[in-house]
Amino acid sequence: MSHDHPNDLLYTSSHEWVRREANGEITLGVTYHAQEALGDLVYAETYPVGKRLEAGDTCAVVESVKAASDVYAPVAGTLLAGNPVLAKTPEIINQDPYGEGWLVRIRMEAGSDLAGLLDAAAYERLLAEGH
Amino acid sequence: MSGLIFDRSRPGRHAGGLAPEVLESVDDLPATCLRKVPPALPEVSELDVVRHYTRLSQKNFSIDTHFYPLGSCTMKYNPRAANRFAMLEGFLSAHPLAPARFQQGFLECVFELQEILRAVTGMSAVVLSPMAGAQGEFAGIAMIRRYHASRGDPGRTEILVPDAAHGTNPASAIMGGFRVREVPTGPDGDVDLDALQKAVGPATAGIMLTNPSTLGVFERRIVEIASLVHGAGGLLYYDGANLNAILGRARPGDMRFDILHLNLHKTFSTPHGGGGPGAAALGVSARLEPFLPTPFAARDPAGGFCWIGAEGRPESIGRLSAFMGNAGVLLRAYAYARLLGRGGLRRVSTFAALNANYLARRLEAAGFELAFPERRASHECIVTLRREAREYGVTAMDFAKRLLDYGLHAPTTYFPMLIPECLLIEPTETESKETLDAFVEAMSRIRAEAATDPERVRGAPWTTPVRRLDDVRAAREPDLRWRPPGVGSAAET
Repeated sequence: MSHDHPNDLLYTSSHEWVRREANGEITLGVTYHAQEALGDLVYAETYPVGKRLEAGDTCAVVESVKAASDVYAPVAGTLLAGNPVLAKTPEIINQDPYGEGWLVRIRMEAGSDLAGLLDAAAYERLLAEGH
Repeated sequence: MSGLIFDRSRPGRHAGGLAPEVLESVDDLPATCLRKVPPALPEVSELDVVRHYTRLSQKNFSIDTHFYPLGSCTMKYNPRAANRFAMLEGFLSAHPLAPARFQQGFLECVFELQEILRAVTGMSAVVLSPMAGAQGEFAGIAMIRRYHASRGDPGRTEILVPDAAHGTNPASAIMGGFRVREVPTGPDGDVDLDALQKAVGPATAGIMLTNPSTLGVFERRIVEIASLVHGAGGLLYYDGANLNAILGRARPGDMRFDILHLNLHKTFSTPHGGGGPGAAALGVSARLEPFLPTPFAARDPAGGFCWIGAEGRPESIGRLSAFMGNAGVLLRAYAYARLLGRGGLRRVSTFAALNANYLARRLEAAGFELAFPERRASHECIVTLRREAREYGVTAMDFAKRLLDYGLHAPTTYFPMLIPECLLIEPTETESKETLDAFVEAMSRIRAEAATDPERVRGAPWTTPVRRLDDVRAAREPDLRWRPPGVGSAAET
């Protein structure tokens, strides 16, 4: 299953993935598991660029034919960018959750780190436990 | 599939086509008020209209024609007697602006319904002005805000909501200007108390709970939850959507809830027809009474009954609508409660719970996986079809669609989202054992089909007026408006 949840990413228990970029920035999306559980995405909205986020704040909303779901920032920071293609083609999240289907880019606040996040193996253990 | 009424339209055709023509003069209307072009209404005979809408009604899946086990919606039978009493001439002819002395009968019904619901819920006061459950929630949230403001405690900005909550709960909290903090559910279906303990604090305005929860189990540690939230200075809000499970047996007021709303169109058996009209009751504990919306009915000190309005109630959150709620729906709820009486209302929850538990155990015996097999079901139960999805590639949605071919309305699908491939099944108290057995039989047959001929299930429904709808496209490209040919549709623009 590890091709579903790549080893070079970090994960949250609320089913976001995080890629560490240069300059203290991260890219965030929803995991393969999350998009599969949600089913066909019909709407996605990211919060405004420049928004200050605390860890656990909502930074995007995704909606499928089954449910609407908040997407949470795993660390404090500033929202730098939202994926511009989501408004017209939310299905890109189903098709390419780790690539073209990314949601937001965040600049982490000084002093915050990603130590509390899960690696791929820990995330898949979480899924196996039925979370 | 029959066409639209517009497809039957022929120029010049109208109702009363054989009757002598009578021209009404509209000369006294100002020219600015007159249309230049007549509206594009369908031009049809009276018989065309009757046949068109009768055919449409015959295509309905409804509680009057089919088993309708839609979880968390309480689609119970609406007794005709309640309808008959609400349709009495004196009620139908009443005007909402008539002085109270000409409304005494109606006022007495409203007052007694308030009292009945007070007794049923154990709350200090009940009002009936919310026009639907969602407005009841919104008003409840507004009262939480007003309560904390009145105590000079404006720092309470968060509403706690369990992750199994109805979607309306976080939506109402956000609409009321609060932040939502989600509280996880433990593996046994109860709220995770450790997580709740960490979440409560000086920012906690309140918690919104449904009990029994949407997981179809009773929240066993409600007393501890109440102590935790009250201890931190927050209020407890009861979402009454699942009151049918505990009616006459347990009271939210005794669980120390401060505010609740009841969906009268669920527990009190008023029609859900076409999504409305709804009606909600709003109940509060004593300390929240000053904030209740107006108007509500009271005993008039001079004898009889009167409306209590905004005068002398400066802390009220105000009005929720022009008048006092959905009068016709309230009358049906009142008649229902009076028809059943105290003992009857108690039997409602007895049989609702018995039916749900019978169904749960029969489904389990038939090899389906219950989400909480070790728990007693409340008035609804959850089956997870994850094994069927894995083994046969047939999902909960496919089962739901195939049930329609068996003449059964589908249960709620994919809610709550915590349970994968779930069906939330609420049979209600008004179904017979034979109907429940037929449901189990249909589920078993569908699973057999999934094993041998999965396309039969994945392609369902086969027998309904319309086949499987493209809900993804409907959500992505909603096109809700009919336009006459040539006027241009959303697809053309």
